[in-house]
Amino acid sequence: MMPIGYYLFLSMALFLIGAIGVITRRNVIVVLMSIELILNAVNINLVAFSRMFGDVAGQVFALFIIADAAAEAAVGLGIIIAFFRNRETVMEDEMDLLKW
Amino acid sequence: MNPSGYFLEHLWLIPLFPLVTAALMLLIGRTLPRSAVSFFCVGSVFLSFVHAAGAVYQLMAASPENRVYQQILFEWITPGAMPGPGGLVNFVADWGYLLDPLSCVMVLVVTGVGFLIHVYSIGYMGHEGGYYRFFGYMNLFMFSMLTLVLANNLLLLFVGWEGVGLCSYLLIGFYFLKKSASDAGKKAFIVNRVGDTGFLLGIFLIATTFGTVRFTSQALSDPVAFPGILETLRTMVAQNPLLYGAPIFTGIALLLFVGATGKSAQLPLYVWLPDAMEGPTPVSALIHAATMVTAGVYMVARMSAIYQLAPFAMDVVAVVGATTAIFAASMAVVQNDIKKVLAYSTISQLGYMFLALGVGAFSAGIFHLMTHAFFKALLFLGAGSVIHALSGEQDIRKMGGLWNTIPATAVPFLIATLAIAGVPPLAGFFSKDEILGHAFNRHNGADRYLFLWTIGLITAGITAFYMFRLFFQTFRGRSRVATELEEHIHESPKSMTVPLAILAFLSICAGWFALPVLWGEENTFGTFLEPVLRRVQQETAAVELGHHTLFKEYLLMMASVGIAALGIWLAYRVYLQFPKLHSKIAEAWPRLHNVLLHKYYVDEIYDALFVNRVKDLSTALGVVDAKLIDGVGVDGAGWLARVASQISMWWDKWVIDGLVNVTGKITRGLSVPVRMFQTGVFSSYAMLILLGLAILLSYYGYHMHTIVRNLR
Repeated sequence: MMPIGYYLFLSMALFLIGAIGVITRRNVIVVLMSIELILNAVNINLVAFSRMFGDVAGQVFALFIIADAAAEAAVGLGIIIAFFRNRETVMEDEMDLLKW
Repeated sequence: MNPSGYFLEHLWLIPLFPLVTAALMLLIGRTLPRSAVSFFCVGSVFLSFVHAAGAVYQLMAASPENRVYQQILFEWITPGAMPGPGGLVNFVADWGYLLDPLSCVMVLVVTGVGFLIHVYSIGYMGHEGGYYRFFGYMNLFMFSMLTLVLANNLLLLFVGWEGVGLCSYLLIGFYFLKKSASDAGKKAFIVNRVGDTGFLLGIFLIATTFGTVRFTSQALSDPVAFPGILETLRTMVAQNPLLYGAPIFTGIALLLFVGATGKSAQLPLYVWLPDAMEGPTPVSALIHAATMVTAGVYMVARMSAIYQLAPFAMDVVAVVGATTAIFAASMAVVQNDIKKVLAYSTISQLGYMFLALGVGAFSAGIFHLMTHAFFKALLFLGAGSVIHALSGEQDIRKMGGLWNTIPATAVPFLIATLAIAGVPPLAGFFSKDEILGHAFNRHNGADRYLFLWTIGLITAGITAFYMFRLFFQTFRGRSRVATELEEHIHESPKSMTVPLAILAFLSICAGWFALPVLWGEENTFGTFLEPVLRRVQQETAAVELGHHTLFKEYLLMMASVGIAALGIWLAYRVYLQFPKLHSKIAEAWPRLHNVLLHKYYVDEIYDALFVNRVKDLSTALGVVDAKLIDGVGVDGAGWLARVASQISMWWDKWVIDGLVNVTGKITRGLSVPVRMFQTGVFSSYAMLILLGLAILLSYYGYHMHTIVRNLR
């Protein structure tokens, strides 16, 4: 059995790619994709620890998160389309309406 | 033996009948057909008349001393104790009715003549609009007048007094679309206010002097608990005989007389009566000739006990009466409106009545009141019939020659004219002769009273003259009627001519109560009234009514018949024999004619002295109102309020709002560093979250061994 460290490394790598994507990319769709990466990093963590502890609850959790991610992607894309119709842009630095 | 019986016990029904129908007419009369209006209104007056006649009949059954019936329906005004003679007295004004010989005469005249005039009105008002309104007001008038004459106290009499004044106002202004009619109504009402002020003050003075306003306590179950003026006065005079001529009695008598001059159109308050002819003719007959205007005479006669103790007030009454009589008669001579002539004649005849009262011949005054009610009502109704025949023409210069065309009007009119002129044996002769006889005897050695008789005699001559002028101009001579009217001349319907006939009969016979005078006995009418009009103190020489010899009586009668004949002859010469003569006379004395034609300019003088002065006062007060009240007061208050609000606004803007703004500015200033974080760009938020997460994680990583140890 592979040591847990590999899995955690992969998970960390995915999380960092995702986090950096969220911070740096201007296109909101790409930001949304990066968030999916972060969620997948979490899923890997859950499944890895589930295997390690022999407890299936973590994998069930991962399944829930996958479903949740799908729903979230649908809602997020919906919001983006609605926003695009109003402002004709999906660039996040141009959608700075939520400020004082 | 006290009088009793159904009609006496139901005395209260007499005024109630017309009140009920008046209420009916004024509430739902508009929806009723004319026949129903006539039926109810005339029927109610007829019922009143029947009850009045029945009550009088039952009262007559008693002996002369006991002919009093008094009925207290309820206590009306009970203010409690007030100062009266001999300490505090319990003052009560009740709603009660009194029937004694004096009110018998009045109630029969009012309901009898009233009923005839109501019947007449069915014909006269038949083509007029507001039929129900007319009869409603007329019935309201009947109620008020019956309350006036049946009241057992002065305050209730005053209610009737004001009620008839109101109805007079309403009926004078019956054609209210006509400005002159509504003006005349207002004039009558306002002039009467002047008199009523005096009357009301007189009532107050009576209430404080006698502690009661009830006329008499006779025929009441408990005379002590219900004191009357008459009994109190009797006690006062018995205790102190020197009260004769006391200033308090003179004051009361004069104040009451002020009220009488207003209501009965005497100098100086007579000016409203000629204008009152703007009302429909039956109104002039009923209110302004037969009943309401005699209320003053009735009231003075009712208060005769007080007047007899105030010789000065009596002289005032007599002089005012005599002056009014000749003054009004002289104005009647030149009037050309058929109703105006009769109006001045009414004033003049009322002057006669006051002359009678003033010389102490109260029963003669009431006697003339009654006969005058008959023949003057007849004259007015006749005049109304003439106006009806001529489709509204009232100018006697445009009449003439109607004798043959409308005989059923002309014959009663002639009878009434003869009666008022004082031709024996008609009613007016006896009553006028009685007044003149008493006036003549009043002087009784004191020649300064002889002029009263002289004035009365001259007035009798003028009366005969102007009445026959009216008669000749209207009914005899050449017709001067406009040709287009001439074809329409028609006799009035039966409902109008039958009352004329009945009144003509009364105008002939009503004076025959005085027939015994011819053989040296007392006037039965006077004997009938004597218990009411009796003095409370023995006669003194100064006011003694001399009992003249039969020879002197005949001489006086011949004098008055002679002067009446002279007046008639003059009228015949001037208006019938030489129709051009009167205009020549007018041209010969243009100034005199002008003064008479303009009624001595009294209206103009009153306008100049009072009306315009009041108007000036109103204008001045208006200026005060505009400049002082509005200018200084209201505008000043507005200016002050504006200045205050300016200050308040400044304070609000710079202090209150300033504080609020300062708070906002401080908050805003403090928020500057916080705002820098809120960029609205979510990647920067994500950055901050990550940063926080990193800090949190590094903290946990650093302290991991401690945490792990603690977990164990």
